Amino acid sequence: MSKYRIGPADLPHAREFMERPHGPASPGLQRVLNRMRTDPAGGRYVLVVIKPHRCWMLARMGEARGDPIELIEDRQFDDRAEAEREVFKRRWRALTGEALSL
Amino acid sequence: MSAGDLLGYLDAWSVLPGETVTCRVSCTPGDDYAASLVRVVQGDTHPDAPGFCEENIALDLGGPFPARHQPIETGSMAIVDPAPSFRVGDAFTVVVDAWPTLPGRGRQCLVSRMDASGNGFELTLDERGVLTAVSTMRGETVELAAGDPLRRRGWYRVWISHDAAAGRLAIGRKPLGHHCGFDVGARASVDVVTGDSPFNVSAPLVLAARSGQDRAHRCHFNGRLHEPFVVAGCVDGEAGAMSRVDRSVAAWDFTREIGSDRIVDVSGNGHHGRLVNLPTRGVTGPDWDGTCHAWPHDARHYGAIHFHDDDLYDAGWDESFRFRLPHDLPSGVYAVRLARGDDRFYLPFGVRAPRRRRGSAVAYLMPTASYMAYANNRIGLDVPETELVCGRLIELTAEDRFMQAHPELGLSFYDLHNDGSAVYYSSRRRPIMDFQPGFVGKLGGLPSNVWQFNADTHITGWLASSGTPFDVVTDEDLQREGADALAGYRVLVTGSHPEYYSAGMRDALDEFIDRGGRLMYLGGNGFYWRVSFHPDLPGVIECRKSEDGIRAVAPGPGEYYASFTGEYTGLWRRNGRPPNELAGVGMVAQGFDASSPYRRTAASHDPRVAFMFEGIDAETIGHDGLSGGGAAGIELDAANAALGTPRHALVVASSEQHSDVYLVTPEDMLDPVPGLGGSESELVRSDMVFFETPAGGAVFSVGSIAWAGSMAWNGYDNDVARLTRNVLERFLDETSFEAPANP
Repeated sequence: MSKYRIGPADLPHAREFMERPHGPASPGLQRVLNRMRTDPAGGRYVLVVIKPHRCWMLARMGEARGDPIELIEDRQFDDRAEAEREVFKRRWRALTGEALSL
Repeated sequence: MSAGDLLGYLDAWSVLPGETVTCRVSCTPGDDYAASLVRVVQGDTHPDAPGFCEENIALDLGGPFPARHQPIETGSMAIVDPAPSFRVGDAFTVVVDAWPTLPGRGRQCLVSRMDASGNGFELTLDERGVLTAVSTMRGETVELAAGDPLRRRGWYRVWISHDAAAGRLAIGRKPLGHHCGFDVGARASVDVVTGDSPFNVSAPLVLAARSGQDRAHRCHFNGRLHEPFVVAGCVDGEAGAMSRVDRSVAAWDFTREIGSDRIVDVSGNGHHGRLVNLPTRGVTGPDWDGTCHAWPHDARHYGAIHFHDDDLYDAGWDESFRFRLPHDLPSGVYAVRLARGDDRFYLPFGVRAPRRRRGSAVAYLMPTASYMAYANNRIGLDVPETELVCGRLIELTAEDRFMQAHPELGLSFYDLHNDGSAVYYSSRRRPIMDFQPGFVGKLGGLPSNVWQFNADTHITGWLASSGTPFDVVTDEDLQREGADALAGYRVLVTGSHPEYYSAGMRDALDEFIDRGGRLMYLGGNGFYWRVSFHPDLPGVIECRKSEDGIRAVAPGPGEYYASFTGEYTGLWRRNGRPPNELAGVGMVAQGFDASSPYRRTAASHDPRVAFMFEGIDAETIGHDGLSGGGAAGIELDAANAALGTPRHALVVASSEQHSDVYLVTPEDMLDPVPGLGGSESELVRSDMVFFETPAGGAVFSVGSIAWAGSMAWNGYDNDVARLTRNVLERFLDETSFEAPANP
């Protein structure tokens, strides 16, 4: 088991991400992202392109090759950065058990 | 481009004017589809890119063509056709050693001979992985199972014997090797009706699949088979290897002709077989004991063939149409554009210049071996780490979703087989989604996120934008013709990521340099992996990523030699020919988030490279770009004298400011110490290098995949494009370069 767990001490890093979802990331934020982006095999978040370079829908991968991609149809974005923020908040809740409150 | 079910592939990726282009197409029944010929100029669709550009070529390809669905049937097997002598008397025994890799995942057939009426026999693993025999004659089926499920990746000798006179069916298994005593043999037998032998049906004998079935019922075996043989009479299968068994009807020795798609019957009866969809050869069998690591040295250790249910060499579609290229068609990158409604599918290829008409001084080297290596890669679909190394959420395009729904499109060197084993072969004889203009990749960096073929259109688009005449030469031309493929050209321009090189290709480049040619290496992580082309089968390469390098999976122990040719594959660096010797730089790091600028070094003010910086005053270069927002990024190469960078090479600029998503390559990470990320390690950089060659030529290398994306920034009007133009113009000047004395 890794020693590091995302927790309240990472709130400044969460603020940094919300300001600049596409980086560059500070070492502290990079550690948060390394943790968040090491998803288990099933349920990984992805963006499905609705209109190339302009519109994306949040989705989750299945567990196995060929499994259907689960679309989250009410989460559609015309700003890629907003999609990154949405997934960051979802992962924060999943990993800490609490909603991200900044 | 869109991702409906309109798909196709060409027989050849390199064609001369006047030659015929053969197209194989599939789509669901319905409206006809149309086909036209286009010249691919620039395929990046991002609004910041120079604009998607294709030129229609006035040529009637025929059509519209009727829609016809053609399936792709994955899965490898061996087929022995039913010669009249391929019969037994009343009784037979089939013995084979098996190493299952996915027992319990569906029914999987080891050996079968069934005719169209369902008469015959099979030895199979049932849905639980239990050894099972099925015998059917005159509509009566007997099924017999023995023991517990077979262990995954354990060797077993298994057999089936049948005596039609005595009315007896028997099977058995025996574990081979060391199993710490927890795995024991098993036998079972049952009475059956007397009569004809199920071996003597009029049907092929099939190994690793069911005979006489369509794909859905073929029950492909995942795993290895070794030394299958058939004897007349009932014998104790446990007793033996085929070399000790008399009365062989057939005995296939997989150590013979490892490089081929044939299996050789050594019984003397001539029942040779053929392999379908290229199962993996040159892999270890139960006799491998670690004393030999190269099948060409002692093939006895390598008597196994590894079959996969997702192997695919040739989709085998029927020809849909063909057309002849005009004799006066200029060399270039072209594509057959298929269209039905809003659906598009492109089939790109290179048109070469006939030798007598090589009017251009510039040859663009279309890296088709690398395109093959990445063909239909599932980096964004199957690899959870992709988001981590990209530093952003993965975007799935319509083409990705199509690939997810259609895994039968086959695999690349970046994927694993369903059983977790490494993919060693990649073929172009199938539709390839990512080999199209307009395709958005995964690793290319924002905003454009293009990769390989489509990223390379930044380079060909740049050449076209300035009106620079250029011819196209493909990797397969280099492989086939050697340096003659480059005769007549003064300057060779590479793609953005020419990663995969055969020995023949590398020889051709070395000879081109030795003759005084000028090389512009406009990419990163080039000349990295050694690949082998199959000597007989067209359109397929092999790569085993041995020992080192950035790779999805390691080859099995002892399996570092290509089955196609017997070459030791893996890194060129481990083959005594590091990329640094050719290009002055070699791969050092990768990361896929943001790209960086270069900072000029003191060496950039050396008069030897004054031509390079004409009109460029700034000390930093490449702050913008379509591949990560800078010119140095994605995959980075640096100079290294210890690996062969010439002593007189000038490192004229080096990149800086890389993130910690960038990490040094495993081959440079001998001891995994902290501080190997981009923000701390001096190894994480791209070096821009120039050097003269003894024959009066020169080499210019940028050592960055992202460079091409910066060339195309702002409509090809920027400092990176300017610098590249300066180099090209000097390289086109026939005045010889002179290396400094006593470098």
